[in-house]
Amino acid sequence: MNLNGKKVTLHDMSLRDGMHAKRHQISLDEMVNIATGLDEAGMPLIEVTHGDGLGGTSVNYGFPAHSDEEYLGAVIPKMKNAKVSALLLPGIGTVDHLKMAKDLGVSTIRVATHCTEADVSEQHIGMAAKMEMDTVGFLMMAHMVSPEKILEQARLMVSYGANCIYATDSAGYMLPDEVTAKIGLLRAELPSNVEIGFHGHHNMGMAIANSLAAIEAGASRVDGSVAGLGAGAGNTPLEVFCAVLDRMGVETGIDLYKIMDVAEDRVFPIMDQPIRVDRDALTLGYAGVYSSFLLFAQRAEKKYGIQARDILVELGRRGTVGGQEDMIEDLALTMAKEKGLI
Amino acid sequence: MSKKLKAAIIGPGNIGTDLLMKMQRSEWIEPVWMVGIDPTSEGLKRAEEMGIKTCATGVDGLLPHVIEDDIRVAFDATSAYVHAENSRKLNELGVIMVDLTPAAIGPYCVPPVNLEAHAKNLEMNVNMVTCGGQATIPMVAAVSRVQPVEYGEIIATVSSRSVGPGTRQNIDEFTRTTAGAVEKVGGAKKGKAIIIINPAEPPLIMRDTIHCLTEGEPDQAAITESVHAMVKEVQKYVPGYRLVNGPIFDGNRVSCFMEVEGLGDFLPKYAGNLDIMTAAGLRTAEMFAEEVSNGTITLPERG
Repeated sequence: MNLNGKKVTLHDMSLRDGMHAKRHQISLDEMVNIATGLDEAGMPLIEVTHGDGLGGTSVNYGFPAHSDEEYLGAVIPKMKNAKVSALLLPGIGTVDHLKMAKDLGVSTIRVATHCTEADVSEQHIGMAAKMEMDTVGFLMMAHMVSPEKILEQARLMVSYGANCIYATDSAGYMLPDEVTAKIGLLRAELPSNVEIGFHGHHNMGMAIANSLAAIEAGASRVDGSVAGLGAGAGNTPLEVFCAVLDRMGVETGIDLYKIMDVAEDRVFPIMDQPIRVDRDALTLGYAGVYSSFLLFAQRAEKKYGIQARDILVELGRRGTVGGQEDMIEDLALTMAKEKGLI
Repeated sequence: MSKKLKAAIIGPGNIGTDLLMKMQRSEWIEPVWMVGIDPTSEGLKRAEEMGIKTCATGVDGLLPHVIEDDIRVAFDATSAYVHAENSRKLNELGVIMVDLTPAAIGPYCVPPVNLEAHAKNLEMNVNMVTCGGQATIPMVAAVSRVQPVEYGEIIATVSSRSVGPGTRQNIDEFTRTTAGAVEKVGGAKKGKAIIIINPAEPPLIMRDTIHCLTEGEPDQAAITESVHAMVKEVQKYVPGYRLVNGPIFDGNRVSCFMEVEGLGDFLPKYAGNLDIMTAAGLRTAEMFAEEVSNGTITLPERG
């Protein structure tokens, strides 16, 4: 693979996707510490939000240690060069949250929908574009449909005003050929002024390989997470990815040693559990299940005595999509009843 | 004189047609008019075939017939944008408006919780909240009538096929309106609503989760009894309303997991979210008709 001379914008997820792995309990000090480290290392874009996006605070997804306002208000003033993004899932957050984020200095808004439901994002993408924000359409669980369907949905988001479209491997299910096909078709068919992005999870151990395939196929933005701190087996570990890109001659503008140090000295120490491909995370990837279900399924296993792996496989079979965390306890209860455990 | 109140349906789409089919079985409401804006609409044709008068010129086309046909109640299944005008024009002629749009000009109505009060006050415009609200607010109320609920949260998961373009273009209306009604009707001090659209095939039946955080330890026995009683109330007009799991108790959290299967009149059975709206809307009009028949309320005078 020859990527020599290509440029890519890396986007750190540790303070948003990483919130899942931390049950949304990252402290303000930890967040500022990691964000300033990333800023000094040259990370151009850092996402800061509840794991489930603006307004994600809930029984369903977890109440965070601090509100989105508090996190954004703490991090943004400390940034010298890095810009801060926020995630928004229509159906969970509203344009009111979007305006709040803009007022606090968020420059990039990423409006996320399931990969077949882009038309729920018109209000939010339209508003962000009107406010002249860097506006990203984020198509989740992109492994579930064909490249043509992804393109159709991407075109809707572009028509609402998105200037960048992501194919998002929320389940960490994709293998490199699939990434190539999906990113390649988006790049070939969308207008050249629309950027293409890829967001991976490491559940099948493919995050680095998939991200490279994405760049080769035309992605100019790639998400990852310093030390891999993210849902499931984590996101593409950025310090590793930076080293790989450096060897391949891809320009990222990031200081490799500095990002290694952020991973080792600032992120690893705050992890509640190792972020690794354990059997449950592997099941997410294998069965094609939304990565943030991991800890919920593990909690249900403890409470109801049904293996997390069995719950996750059944969730995959039923075609659950991102945000259906409430289904996990419901399903565990039903499975426990069937087994006569309760 | 027939005890039935004569009705008009505005909006011949899926909701309007399903409503019409349910209304034809009603002992209290008689469908007379179906109002649309597109003369080629399938919905108007269907209504005509079912023996209903139709017009394709909007509410203005209906107005001259309101008095002579003795239309007493109208169901608006159009959009929030035109509802205010529709309601004003029909209210002026003494027609009670049942609002199935998210406009929410009138008070929220969730039949087993507050319909009786609205009917007794002869509210001329009642709003049916949202499908997610109809499916979940009875459960919030079932908890809050036992003990104070400091926070109520509902998650509605609906099949992609059952969500029309109006809801999609304005999904924030759903979350705002539902959250507001979780507070105002459900009785939670703070409300939160989440909607998830799932494209699985075959389509999934509407499912809803209700979480309440009670003030103090939940009274498990009393809440369980109240929840089961409330499920029975909803089942009177939506037989496919089922408590799948719960109530379960975890600290001060009370959670119920519901499934809502529709009757499959015009809308498929999985679209319990649409069915519960039409069923609740019709139930509302029926209650007004019952109160009129009992002499508890008197309809506006007509010359």
